[in-house]
Amino acid sequence: MVAMPALDQDVLARRAEIVAALRGIVPGEGVIDSEVGMRPYESDGLTAYRQLPMVVVLPETTEQVSRVLRYCHEHGVKVVPRGSGTSLSGGALPLGDGVLLGLSKFNRVLEIDYANRVAVVQPGVTNLGVSNAVANEGFYYAPDPSSQIACSIGGNVAENSGGVHCLKYGMTTNNILGVEMVLIDGEIVRIGGKHLDSGGYDLLALVCGSEGPLGVVTEITVRILKKPETARAVLVGFPTSEQAGDCVARIIGAGIIPGGMEMMDRPAIHAAEAFVHAGYPLDVEALLIVELDGPEAEVDHLLDRVSEIAQSCGSTVLRASTSEEERLKFWAGRKAAFPAVGRIAPDYYCMDGTIPRAKLPLVLARMRELSEQYGLQVANVFHAGDGNLHPLILYDANKADELERAEKFGADILRLCVEVGGVLTGEHGVGVEKRDLMPVMFSETDLNQQQRVKCAFDAQGLLNPGKVFPTLHRCAELGRMHVHGGNVPFPDIPRF
Amino acid sequence: MTDILKPRDEQDVAEAVARALAEEKTLEIVGQGSKRAIGRAAQTDMTLDLSKLSGIEIYEPEELILSARAGTPIAEIEKALAKNEQELAFEPMDCAPLLGGKPGRGTLGGMIAVNLSGPRRIKAGAMRDFALGVRAVSGRGEQFKAGGRVVKNVTGYDLPKFLAGSWGTLAVITQATIKVVPRGEAVETVLVLGLDDTRAVEAMSVAMGSSCEVSGAVHLPVDVARQLSIIPIASAGKSVTALRLEGIPVSIAYRKDKLQKLLAPFGELGKLGPRDSRNFWRAMRDAAPFAGETQNPVWRVSTSPSEAPRVAAAIRASAKAEIFFDWAGGLLWVRMPGKAAEEWAVRSALAGRGHALLMRADPAVRASAQVFEPLEPGMAAISKRLKESFDPKGILNPGRMYAGI
Ligand SMILES: Cc1cc2nc3c(=O)[nH]c(=O)nc-3n(C[C@H](O)[C@H](O)[C@H](O)COP(=O)(O)OP(=O)(O)OC[C@H]3O[C@@H](n4cnc5c(N)ncnc54)[C@H](O)[C@@H]3O)c2cc1C
Repeated sequence: MVAMPALDQDVLARRAEIVAALRGIVPGEGVIDSEVGMRPYESDGLTAYRQLPMVVVLPETTEQVSRVLRYCHEHGVKVVPRGSGTSLSGGALPLGDGVLLGLSKFNRVLEIDYANRVAVVQPGVTNLGVSNAVANEGFYYAPDPSSQIACSIGGNVAENSGGVHCLKYGMTTNNILGVEMVLIDGEIVRIGGKHLDSGGYDLLALVCGSEGPLGVVTEITVRILKKPETARAVLVGFPTSEQAGDCVARIIGAGIIPGGMEMMDRPAIHAAEAFVHAGYPLDVEALLIVELDGPEAEVDHLLDRVSEIAQSCGSTVLRASTSEEERLKFWAGRKAAFPAVGRIAPDYYCMDGTIPRAKLPLVLARMRELSEQYGLQVANVFHAGDGNLHPLILYDANKADELERAEKFGADILRLCVEVGGVLTGEHGVGVEKRDLMPVMFSETDLNQQQRVKCAFDAQGLLNPGKVFPTLHRCAELGRMHVHGGNVPFPDIPRF
Repeated sequence: MTDILKPRDEQDVAEAVARALAEEKTLEIVGQGSKRAIGRAAQTDMTLDLSKLSGIEIYEPEELILSARAGTPIAEIEKALAKNEQELAFEPMDCAPLLGGKPGRGTLGGMIAVNLSGPRRIKAGAMRDFALGVRAVSGRGEQFKAGGRVVKNVTGYDLPKFLAGSWGTLAVITQATIKVVPRGEAVETVLVLGLDDTRAVEAMSVAMGSSCEVSGAVHLPVDVARQLSIIPIASAGKSVTALRLEGIPVSIAYRKDKLQKLLAPFGELGKLGPRDSRNFWRAMRDAAPFAGETQNPVWRVSTSPSEAPRVAAAIRASAKAEIFFDWAGGLLWVRMPGKAAEEWAVRSALAGRGHALLMRADPAVRASAQVFEPLEPGMAAISKRLKESFDPKGILNPGRMYAGI
């Protein structure tokens, strides 16, 4: 387990005073300090980690957020922002000496502007809520994490979330144009707007995927798109994962970027089929779901090409959806893969590395060895188009040391991802979970530069500390320059 | 004469920056210098020329990624991609027509540093959306990397996207990984003739809000259209609103038909075939209507499409500028009639609803104007702190974007 920063006893001693001050800012039930009341906030989607916050605050206006943050800044109190609490990396894990700032009351769609194809929403609106708000006019918001009924758009921004359609349509960062954000000292800033691209530095690029430590996002301008006219999915089964991987590479190599391209391995196929009866073949090692979207003529044309490629790669099952109902059924299994796996084991631990796709066979083979070594089963679902792998490690938290083994197994998988040229996390974020693995991918210099960025926003380290970075440095220490005055050897660089 | 350093590798770059730090000298970072005339006019002690830091290191078409050293010519990258029917979807601009100099210049590092995207921005995204990973040397002389070599990654802050558009003021990019994508098999263009700005933006909005997957939407008022060398546009004798369709032919045929039906109520329709389309969209990418001379100031103004007609009218009212619209109205190219930048005309028309960049002007004019959109105090303070976090002594392209940054 990853260790969180030691509790600040001085702050805890002032708890009553802090709670009272916060009540002065957010009236009524917006401040929760009872143990039962705070219990629902003790963890996010990474349930292995639990911690009650010092106090929960649920503001309703940007003004309140600003005043809460200003108070916390002035009084040295830590703050953890929270959307819907579905983060799988512990990004919204509370701190025992900190305020948990929930954005759930920011749940309004403020403006829908079809002429400019944008919507302005509050951060607590769910991801699906955005799409639903514009569905009447045939529009939608493209990034679609599997958690979309629950997760908030603010959380999506913080995590730069993706979904099965992000191969073609991009992740959150590619689909937002502006935010209103409150800095830790209470200052309210606007970044971007309805226009494309920013003027000065691209702060949106930093905020998106930062996991909440730069500021609290209180409003978001997202791009909305017209729904494609048709979408069809094809199920393709293969005797080996190598063939499935080859098929994916050849589809992209042929210049086709499908709306979605997902892969599942045998354990995942079996779990999903038993759960939702999607009609998946059970006698294959790998199953691909390839979705093509666009005008009907294009979809039909591409479906034929994908089918040809699949056959030339040795597919043994090939079934194209012939109705919207059937297409949704194909997806139902994949979308329910996590809960499906959750039924076959008491607990599962979801990993999220990305690899260069060509390394898939190697990674799967190594994973099988690790699975034996740790004595834990693993099922794989894979955003095959972009190489984002979700191994689900099955364990039982009630058995001694199984969680610890699962964590070690997971860490080994992520190290493997980095070793083959990939990364620790494709869409779930570093959070608490992968914090201590950051040095596998980044040098101390790399990490120090990232932390300096954090310092530019929050010099005291009060916003969501203890996440993302394995070692917390003081900003003053990071800011120091080590210039070797005069001692630098004259570099032997060609001059003109 | 300023000293020109030509590093051969990242180590050289790190040493050059360390040396500059020790000697308290400032550095101008250049690739092939194709965009040197953009930005605030600033003096530096030395030039760090990255053109020798060249070469594609990894190109995996099926993984959709390409890694190259920062000084690699964009032309070399585009050539390699074309061999595999791939492209840079964001259409990096060739600045030569607008700024003068030899066409086809520009390097990967410079392309990222300026984050200027062409007409396909509205569908495919901006340059920064394709920045996946970087290696760089900060103003502290430290070599660091960020991002990765895969298309999907959220490990750590997204510094590759952040460095895009920072104009070399934060770090010297030495190597970068970008996302590359298949290019459309075919291209065609649907034209609507004779619309005024407001109707044109409405027409483009209808097109963009349809499922026709339009990958370019520009409007050229008649005075601008006349200056193009593409016959069907120049000889129309009317304003031209153009919408690009790309993809496989069977899909284009269908979408063209649909788009024409949607646009018929707006006015007379026309079209451009594949060859004219290619030339036309390249011309739009490079702001070619304002090429030919390199004297009169040109602004590049980004706003929301529905604001665009109002902004254009306000600028014209006070400065008699020529204006055309890209990005379905979201991007205005503005050429001033005389030598003056007419900054007040542009900024007061925009009134903070977007941003304006003075893309072209004499050094003397640039020295007295705000080249980049002025920042609100809060944003200015953060920007300054961010600059300091990368480059505390202010030695990298100091003042290129803002005074003190
Ligand atoms: C079953 C399941 C399936 C999932 N599938 C996917 C998937 O397909 N793709 C994917 O990318 N993710 C997926 N996730 C992960 C998760 O849903 C996303 O990371 C989501 O974006 C988190 O949103 P949230 O509102 O729950 O945020 P939270 O969990 O509440 O918070 C996440 C982080 O965001 C910060 N934060 C939240 N709101 C704000 C704000 N307004 N301002 C500043 N910081 C804020 C928090 O501090 C925290 O660091 C899945 C999770 C589950 C449980």
